[in-house]
Amino acid sequence: MKARHKRFGLIAVGLILLVIATVLITKSFRSNLVFFFSPTQVEKGEAPKTGSFRIGGLVENGSLKRMPDGLHVQFKVTDTAKSIPVQYKGILPDLFKEGKGVVAEGKLNENGLFEASQVLAKHDENYMPPEAAAAIEAANAAKTKESVK
Amino acid sequence: MHWQSFSEFISMGGYGFYVWGSFGVTFLAMGLELWLVNKRRQRISQAVKQEAI
Amino acid sequence: METNTGTNRPRINWLKYASPKTFYPLAGKLIPWCAVSAAVLIAYGLYIGLLVAPTDFQQGEGYRIIFVHVPAAWFSMFLYLLMAMYAGLGLVLNARLSYMMATAIAPTGAMFTLIALVTGSLWGKPMWGAWWVWDARLTSELILLFLYIGYFSLQAAIDDKNRADKASAVLALVGAINVPIIYFSVKWWNTLHQGASVSLTQAPAMAAIMLKGMLIMAVGFWLYSIAVILMRVRCEILERDSKTAMIRQD
Repeated sequence: MKARHKRFGLIAVGLILLVIATVLITKSFRSNLVFFFSPTQVEKGEAPKTGSFRIGGLVENGSLKRMPDGLHVQFKVTDTAKSIPVQYKGILPDLFKEGKGVVAEGKLNENGLFEASQVLAKHDENYMPPEAAAAIEAANAAKTKESVK
Repeated sequence: MHWQSFSEFISMGGYGFYVWGSFGVTFLAMGLELWLVNKRRQRISQAVKQEAI
Repeated sequence: METNTGTNRPRINWLKYASPKTFYPLAGKLIPWCAVSAAVLIAYGLYIGLLVAPTDFQQGEGYRIIFVHVPAAWFSMFLYLLMAMYAGLGLVLNARLSYMMATAIAPTGAMFTLIALVTGSLWGKPMWGAWWVWDARLTSELILLFLYIGYFSLQAAIDDKNRADKASAVLALVGAINVPIIYFSVKWWNTLHQGASVSLTQAPAMAAIMLKGMLIMAVGFWLYSIAVILMRVRCEILERDSKTAMIRQD
C-alpha cells in the first residue's frame, strides 16, 4: 500500500510539473504559431519585413478584379479596420468569394501590393441547407432595415 | 431522399473524388484493422492448439 | 445475532474484473453486441449522411466528408486520453490488465488519427485550396499520430514486457498534454481550420439533420472501437498469460 501511494504521489507531482512546463512553453511559442497576420498587424509592422508571410481576413466586397492580361486577379484583404491589396496569378479555391475568409501567402512589394504565391479560402464552422442560409440572410437584412428606421 | 438520380449521387456535385475518397479510406482502414485483429486471434488459437497436443 | 453489520456485509469484489482471467470471457461476451450495434449505427449514419442530409450552403455536396472526418478526429483524441488513463492506472496500481488495455487501444487510436488526417486532406484540397498547411490544428493532430507511433514503437523496442509497459505509459501520459492543445488550437491561435461546430458550451452551428447524422456516426465509431479494442485485448491476454486455461474457459 505504501509503495503504491508513493508511486501515485510521484506521478502526480510529475504531471503537475509537466502541465506547468507546457503552459510556459505554449505561452512563449504563441507568437510563432500564428498562421497569418491581419492587415492591421501588417500595418503596425508586426509581420516579418523580409521574406514571405501570410495575411488573413475577408475579401473586401466589390474589390475583386480580373487584370486585362487574363491571368492575374487583384482583390483586397480586409479585417474591417485596414485593408491590403493583393495580386495573385493562379486558380482560386472553390470557396473564394467576396465577403468570405481568405488567407494569402506571399510578399509585400515596395508599393504596398501583396504579391501572393498561394491563396487559400478560410470558411466558418456553420453547416446548413441553402434555404436556411437564405432565411437567415433575409432575417438579418430585415433587422438592419429596422435599425435604420 | 436528397438525390434526383444515381449519377448525381456518384458525382457529388463535382466533389465525387474527395467525398468517395474520404469514405473509402475510412472504411477500408476500419475493415483492414478488423481483418488484422482477426488474423492475430487465429494465429494465437492455432498456436494454443499445437501447445495442447 | 449480528450487531456490527458494517464489517460483515457481503461485499462484491469489484477487483475481480480487473484480473485478466475473469476479464477474458467477459470481453468475449461483449464483442458481438458492440460489433452488431456498431454496424447498424454506422449503416444508419451513412444513410443519413449520404442519402438524406441536404446540401450545404457554402460547400455544396463536398461537406459530406464531415460525417467521417469529425467522428474520426474526435476518437483520435478521445482514445488517446483513454489510453493515457489506462497507462496511468497501470503505473499507479501496477495492474497488468490496465497496461494491456492501453496497448490494445493504441492501434485503433492511431488509425482514427490517420483517417482524420487523410480525410481532412481530401477536404482541404477542394475547399481551402491546399492538401496540407502547417497551421496549429493540423500540426498538433500530426503530432498526435507521432505520439501513438512513439507509444507502440517504444513498447516494441523494450524486450522486458514489464519495463516496456512502464516506459510507454510515461510517454502516453506526457503526450496527453497534446490533446487539449489540439482541441483548443483553433481558439488559441490563428488557424486556417475553422472553429468547432459542435461543443459542450455552445449551441451547434449545424442544421439538425446534419448534426444527427454526425452524432449517430460517432456513436457507431465508438462501438466499433470498443469491439475491436476488446478483440485486441483478448489477444494480448492470451499472448501474455497461460494460453490454454483461457481458451478452455471461453
